[in-house]
Amino acid sequence: MSILINEKTKIIVQGFTGDKGSFHAKEMIEYGTNVVGGVTPGKGGTTHLGKPVFNTVAEAVEATGAEASITFVAPAFCADAIMEAADAGLQLVCSITDGIPAQDMMRVKRYLMRYPKERRTLLVGPNCAGIISPGKAMLGIMPGHIYKQGTVGIVSRSGTLGYEAAAQMKALGIGVSTSVGIGGDPINGSSFLDHLMKFQEDPETTAVVMIGEIGGPQEAEASAWVKENMTKPVVGYVAGLTAPKGRRMGHAGAIISAAGDSAAEKSEIMRSYGLSVAPSAGELGTTVAAMMAKL
Amino acid sequence: MDIHEYQAKELLAGFGVPVPRGSVAYSPDQAVYTATELGGWHWAVKAQVHSGARGKAGGVKLCKTYHEVDAAARELLGKRLVTVQTGPEGKPVQRVYVEVAEPFERELYLGIVLDRKAERVRVIASSEGGMDIEELASTAPEKIMQVVVEPAVGLQAFQARQIAFGLKLNIKQVSRAVTAIMGAYRAFRDLDATMVEINPLVVTKDDRVLALDAKMSFDDNAMFRQRAVADMRDPSQEDPREVQAAEHNLNYVGLEGDIGCIINGAGLAMATMDTIKYAGGAPANFLDVGGGASPERVANSFRLVLSDKNVKAILVNIFAGINRCDWVAQGVVQACNDIDITVPLIVRLAGTNEEEGQRIIRESGLPIISASSLTEAAKKAVEAARSHAAS
Repeated sequence: MSILINEKTKIIVQGFTGDKGSFHAKEMIEYGTNVVGGVTPGKGGTTHLGKPVFNTVAEAVEATGAEASITFVAPAFCADAIMEAADAGLQLVCSITDGIPAQDMMRVKRYLMRYPKERRTLLVGPNCAGIISPGKAMLGIMPGHIYKQGTVGIVSRSGTLGYEAAAQMKALGIGVSTSVGIGGDPINGSSFLDHLMKFQEDPETTAVVMIGEIGGPQEAEASAWVKENMTKPVVGYVAGLTAPKGRRMGHAGAIISAAGDSAAEKSEIMRSYGLSVAPSAGELGTTVAAMMAKL
Repeated sequence: MDIHEYQAKELLAGFGVPVPRGSVAYSPDQAVYTATELGGWHWAVKAQVHSGARGKAGGVKLCKTYHEVDAAARELLGKRLVTVQTGPEGKPVQRVYVEVAEPFERELYLGIVLDRKAERVRVIASSEGGMDIEELASTAPEKIMQVVVEPAVGLQAFQARQIAFGLKLNIKQVSRAVTAIMGAYRAFRDLDATMVEINPLVVTKDDRVLALDAKMSFDDNAMFRQRAVADMRDPSQEDPREVQAAEHNLNYVGLEGDIGCIINGAGLAMATMDTIKYAGGAPANFLDVGGGASPERVANSFRLVLSDKNVKAILVNIFAGINRCDWVAQGVVQACNDIDITVPLIVRLAGTNEEEGQRIIRESGLPIISASSLTEAAKKAVEAARSHAAS
């Protein structure tokens, strides 16, 4: 098993026929992902990469039975695309788009809450690298070959730092059940906690790596939950020890603006809740290996 | 993105927030002329820099005569104002704001922020105006009132009334404070702000409520639909290297260390800087070269990093997803041929097409130090910077 996606998950690509959508959809299909079609308003009825194109998400869902989508939609229109997917009843939407206004995300999150919990869409991202269940399916823009199939879950804000962890683990013979990028925006869809809960329930996952960064309360909230509820061991890491206060470090959400936002404070919180904190990003793999040896 | 006080007041006034009468001036003559136009008996001449705590730093002068207005403008314009928030280099004062100074009875605090925990807009108010709100939150949290706004309907008048009554205002003042609070909220919402701070919001003897100081910050991601706000940007208030970086669509933050960093992805960039520190060195900058790292972007990154004269070594760390290592390697080789790089260069390439990228670096004949892992790259960069500094 894995979380969120597997080889059977029926996926549609929003922004299918654009440059980025086409490039990554092709990579996803080559990886073996079950891409059943795509959406580009105005291009409905055509075929792209051998898959049908629809004008609306609702049409795509009706024709293909799609369960999940990935958005390659420009920032100005992406909130709309996410809400359209939620309205069409998709269980999972993964948004790669970087640059969605924060107030749009606030409205998106409010919109998702209008559906009852059992049919509420889980949003991953935006501004993330996506999701991969190695050997099964890829709903993202990562290089698939750096992931070995296995039993450790990864949840990371940053895309490239998630790659770094997966590659270090692969070099040590450790595989991944699912890797999720939750994205670097100040208001994002799902949090570390949402995915830790899923990893805890997934019988195949035996341990989890949580990779955070400066800014926001989500790492602390997730660590507290780990202490109370998680039976599987968790390795933690927080990037940004050298980041100065009040400066935005690339990601819109990576800024130290309140107490508890810094990497030192977050690492300390993780430690206090019993997580094994990797001393540096170069030791993510070895910290996971040491933890696995104790299992 | 930040703007000046006078710009924030202009925007807020457009949403019905009452502000004292005032006007911006670029020269002492204009400041005096402005004071005569405004009329009144007392004026505040305020340095316009992107920083709080200007008053304590001598950036606000109360003047009783035109002669004093002239002297204040002369003193402030053309100087760099150093406040507790600007760092020791300060920020250049190129404009002053001349405002009619009004006596007031009470100083209040009003703030509107994007709350990441609640993922909603939060309105914060306190009867202790003029104070640092974070300090107040830790020393006397009971003096702070807060309302979280439901995004589907926005701030409601009853919520603004609750705040106003909570501030112990009389009924006349309450209705005026509600106008100010609702106006500030609408400005926040309609202009894609991330922060509005009116500190102090003052109450005058004749029961008026005025924004005496105002600060606004905006969501960079929303500037595509806020052209009027985007045009208020003042590059003189920003680090020139960051302005240059923004022109090339690169994310750069200058730091104090001596190892220049060129990395793809914000998280990996921060982690690489941390690993440098862990290896005993200090990073000179944050730089995210981004997804499609074309040779041109790589070359621009080198120029930017080398514009910092403290740099004693450069570390390039790319984990290619969308990027391909061979493209990045070609970019590095091309940059080395185009730009005179006199400091040691350490390159670590991983991910898509990594062997091909490493081969291009190896066969280039350039004195590039290769590294295969993040830790090795950081260690080699720290050693190289030390030996370069010693030579």
